[in-house]
Amino acid sequence: MTDVNPQSASRFLDYAPAPESTSILHLKPSYGLFINGEFVDGHGDSFQTISPATEKTIAEISNADSSDVDAAVAAARSAYTRTWSKLSGADRGKYLFRIARLVQERARELAVAESLDNGKPIKESRDVDVPLVAAWFFYYAGWADKLDYAGLGPNPRALGVAAQVIPWNFPLLMLAWKVAPALAAGNTVVIKPAETTPLSALIFAEILQQADLPAGVVNIITGAGDTGEALVNHPDVNKVAFTGSTAVGRAIAKSVAGTGKKVTLELGGKAANIVFDDAPIDQAVEGIVNGIFFNQGHVCCAGSRLLVQENIHDEVVDRLKSRLMTLRLGDPLDKNTDIGAINSREQLERIRELSDIGEKEGADRWTAPCAIPENGFWFAPTIFDNVSTSSTIAREEVFGPVLSVLTFRTPAEAIAKANNTPYGLSAGIWSDKGSKILAVADGLRAGVIWANTFNRFDPASPFGGFKESGYGREGGRHGLAAYLESAGWGSPAAGSTTVSTTRKQASA
Amino acid sequence: MNATTQGLPAQTFQAKALAPAERALSMIGGDLTEKSLRLHLEGLAGVDAVGLEQRAAALGTRSIKTTSKAWALDTIIELIDLTTLEGADTPGKVRSLVAKAVNPDPSDATTPRVAAVCVYGDMVPHAVQALGGAWSRGTDNGINVAAVATAFPSGRSSLAIKIADTSEAVAAGADEIDMVIDRGAFLSGNFGLVFDQIVAVKEACRRADGTYAHLKVILETGELNTYDNVRRASWLAILAGGDFIKTSTGKVAPAATLPVTLLMLEVVRDWHRLTGERIGVKPAGGIRTSKDAIKYLVTVAETVGEEWLTPHLFRFGASSLLNDVLLQRQKLTTGRYSGPDYVTMD
Amino acid sequence: MTRLAVPKTYKLYIGGKFPRSESGRTYEVSTKDGAFLANASLASRKDARDAVVAARAAFPGWSAATGYNRGQVLYRIAELLEGRRDQFVDELVATESLTKSAATSQVDTAIDAWIWYAGWADKYVQVAGNANAVSGPYFNMSTPEPTGVVAIVAPQSGNALLGLASVIAPAILTGNTVVVVASQAAPLAAISLAEVLATSDVPGGVVNILTGSPAEIAPWLAGHADVNAIDLAGAELLHWVDLQVIAADTLKRVLAPVNGAPAPSLERVVAFTETKTVWHTKSLI
Repeated sequence: MTDVNPQSASRFLDYAPAPESTSILHLKPSYGLFINGEFVDGHGDSFQTISPATEKTIAEISNADSSDVDAAVAAARSAYTRTWSKLSGADRGKYLFRIARLVQERARELAVAESLDNGKPIKESRDVDVPLVAAWFFYYAGWADKLDYAGLGPNPRALGVAAQVIPWNFPLLMLAWKVAPALAAGNTVVIKPAETTPLSALIFAEILQQADLPAGVVNIITGAGDTGEALVNHPDVNKVAFTGSTAVGRAIAKSVAGTGKKVTLELGGKAANIVFDDAPIDQAVEGIVNGIFFNQGHVCCAGSRLLVQENIHDEVVDRLKSRLMTLRLGDPLDKNTDIGAINSREQLERIRELSDIGEKEGADRWTAPCAIPENGFWFAPTIFDNVSTSSTIAREEVFGPVLSVLTFRTPAEAIAKANNTPYGLSAGIWSDKGSKILAVADGLRAGVIWANTFNRFDPASPFGGFKESGYGREGGRHGLAAYLESAGWGSPAAGSTTVSTTRKQASA
Repeated sequence: MNATTQGLPAQTFQAKALAPAERALSMIGGDLTEKSLRLHLEGLAGVDAVGLEQRAAALGTRSIKTTSKAWALDTIIELIDLTTLEGADTPGKVRSLVAKAVNPDPSDATTPRVAAVCVYGDMVPHAVQALGGAWSRGTDNGINVAAVATAFPSGRSSLAIKIADTSEAVAAGADEIDMVIDRGAFLSGNFGLVFDQIVAVKEACRRADGTYAHLKVILETGELNTYDNVRRASWLAILAGGDFIKTSTGKVAPAATLPVTLLMLEVVRDWHRLTGERIGVKPAGGIRTSKDAIKYLVTVAETVGEEWLTPHLFRFGASSLLNDVLLQRQKLTTGRYSGPDYVTMD
Repeated sequence: MTRLAVPKTYKLYIGGKFPRSESGRTYEVSTKDGAFLANASLASRKDARDAVVAARAAFPGWSAATGYNRGQVLYRIAELLEGRRDQFVDELVATESLTKSAATSQVDTAIDAWIWYAGWADKYVQVAGNANAVSGPYFNMSTPEPTGVVAIVAPQSGNALLGLASVIAPAILTGNTVVVVASQAAPLAAISLAEVLATSDVPGGVVNILTGSPAEIAPWLAGHADVNAIDLAGAELLHWVDLQVIAADTLKRVLAPVNGAPAPSLERVVAFTETKTVWHTKSLI
């Protein structure tokens, strides 16, 4: 190190590389399906999972065909009937506590795997995703023997086998959101991670083995859309939980109509992030950045529409651009990376296409100046100013690091513009005036409202949308209730219950 | 607000003209009064503490390695105001401090010098004498002598005494004056009094040749308590003519924190955005490790830009920090961990 | 010499008014024995459209009313029903061929259901919502809010008045506004109920009642983009799975058919609410 001459160092802000070591990973060259407690080969054509930052292959992944789906559901059914439904809530809880601890113990490994496979910055997988995964299991572990207090009356019943299909934006976290409440409530699970991000789920399967979770309680099958379709349409599943696009959610809602499967759908969003002229301005700018550039904007609740009060528009946009100049795009495994890789070539194409449309429709495009790596999928943070409510980029979910800026004049207009979308997942409000915040929050038709903050998640806090952003809640007591049915009172929950279920309850 | 101050009825109080500080005149306008200053400060955007602290914490997670770390460690040394502010300070203690400032690591001649030594006013002659040829005499070469003044640390004395305290230190050779604001006046809403005192102390920094000792204004953020107060006090200190805004005396907990420093840097950034003028920032007290100090460098670089990482615009008020930086520096140079017996006491 | 009776004209109830169907169509309502009772309006898809517009227009005001206020409005409905008890008993005896005592029992049960639900209006938020102890410096609260415009296929087989109470009350007490397709065979109680609603404190458009063919109207409601939810309580004999499929186009919340009049339940209240979670930062400094 004696050759270091501080005077000749390039800019301090060009921080020297600080890569997280991948030596903590012990990846296998190929992964099977995790069915009935064991890894087995799938019967479909296997596929490769790649790193979106380098396009290099990470591992060969099995592809579950319909016979594999049958086997997984059968394993879950058998585990439900023979084992899991016979365990006490306290024992189910202990398994979940074990899983929480194992996730904490292997946190770094999981974070590295997630960033490698998904492309998200290691600081996010390390500081957000994986800690929340552990927290989710810890939270729901404690519920397992307290189901009487879930709000469904005494002795609520598990539903049976839950079919769960999760997206690629928070691979392991979405798995935790699905698996933890399902198991706590007494269900068994077949879960399908997204085809571009199966890796962390397969490491999680190893954790389940270490936890000695009874075979078949959680089955993890990999594959693409047709695998997911076969899973949610399987006649022997009782519950469908899906997080992903509104288009697929709509198809699921149609396919399960009349089947009696209980359904939770957590779909797209086009959140308004409303900044009033009395906002704490520096924190608001941070909140805008966090709202749309967290996880490359691959967030269903991303604050993709900045609604800024017209009298501070110029100042806010100016400050925002200055702030974006300091964002660091690049190697997801570098600890100083703020913006990682776009998850797939397909998604990158979609972001490009929508951005081009935004430009054609007359919005002012501004892109943060940053070097784009040669290989991999990247999209620099982009702002569209002077966007109108009718613009495509103000209406369609881009699911990328692209912010649309619109203005408003009064709180009532802010609410009206924020609600002017078929979606209703989340929204942000920035103001120093409490009464205004609460009144605006009342007026917004969205399931999660962040006031003077954005993109906060917690296992105790219900998450889910109004309108076409889906139905049902994940997180908190509400998220637990989504995996239970009342044994004592009431009528069916929205979305999914058949005549026969209803008759039974009506006559009870 | 107070109905009266210094016995004046509210109307008179509000209309009371303030000292015509140049920056305040151009920023607020011609009729600089208690009322116009108050309106200006109260019109500043609020601070959300949670968001501010999260941003500071996020900056604190930057990972500074290899060449960047080497540069950072040397830069930290160059930015230190090596400080002793004890009732038990003696000429001997000050000589020892100065020796450390001039030659922080006798085992490595490539080690840079610190920016300044910071002492009580009556110790300035001893510091000047001990520095000898290493004294900068207000130039860019050498080590500055900074003196705390204005009834440091409480600030509880008459303006006449504060002015005398300042002029004596300047006359004795102090290149920099670290004054404290009247926190009591600030917290009771008497912004004009705080303002006028800063203006008066600034004037007391004037040397016989018409040049000025640099004025650092200590806000004592631990006593101002809220971030909104820190933002207003920072703005006030700049308007009144401060060259630096400084967090703390080191005698009140909490002293410097990363969030409070970030907030002050944001004020400085905004001032620069509006006027093109660069104001310095000095976190002081409580920064003891290289790891912490590097977080401050990152915060400076990503908030106001790395051109602020010069002794003219950023300082650390510290004492034990220096030895920790030296230990880290030795580790980088030799590849082995060092120990406290391999750095010198000051 | 007996007095010649003055028969009532039964029309639709939309936006607080009683229009005839825009189609001009009516259909014959008769007793179980086939005796003519009245000509009811045969609502068209355009009437359904108008009803949705009226319901949407009423939503902001009704959903913003306080729970205390909505509870009193529902209680007022029960009061007025109580005052017109004999009329409803007679109507049920005629249209459902009930004995007087059975009809009386249904009217009483319906009134009691309105009262039971009225009491929930300022309480369901406490039961279905909660404060959330998140691990950070945040205020975090989840509360149920009304889903929006709810289309309802009212129970079709008997229990005309009770069936209406059982589906309308739980939906509107939270602030939803509704478009109800009444019992096709026994629509008279629905329009008489509308007369009660019109003279009560329920704002126009909060409850809209269509008479006619559920098979004809329900698909239009299930497919209407400005309807947020659909209660298929009385849709058992319709192709209700198809309705659910249509409803999925805009991801409507759907309640499946039930037999008879659904028993009063909090779950029926909560079914047409959306949980909203609000976070806010907390700090002393």
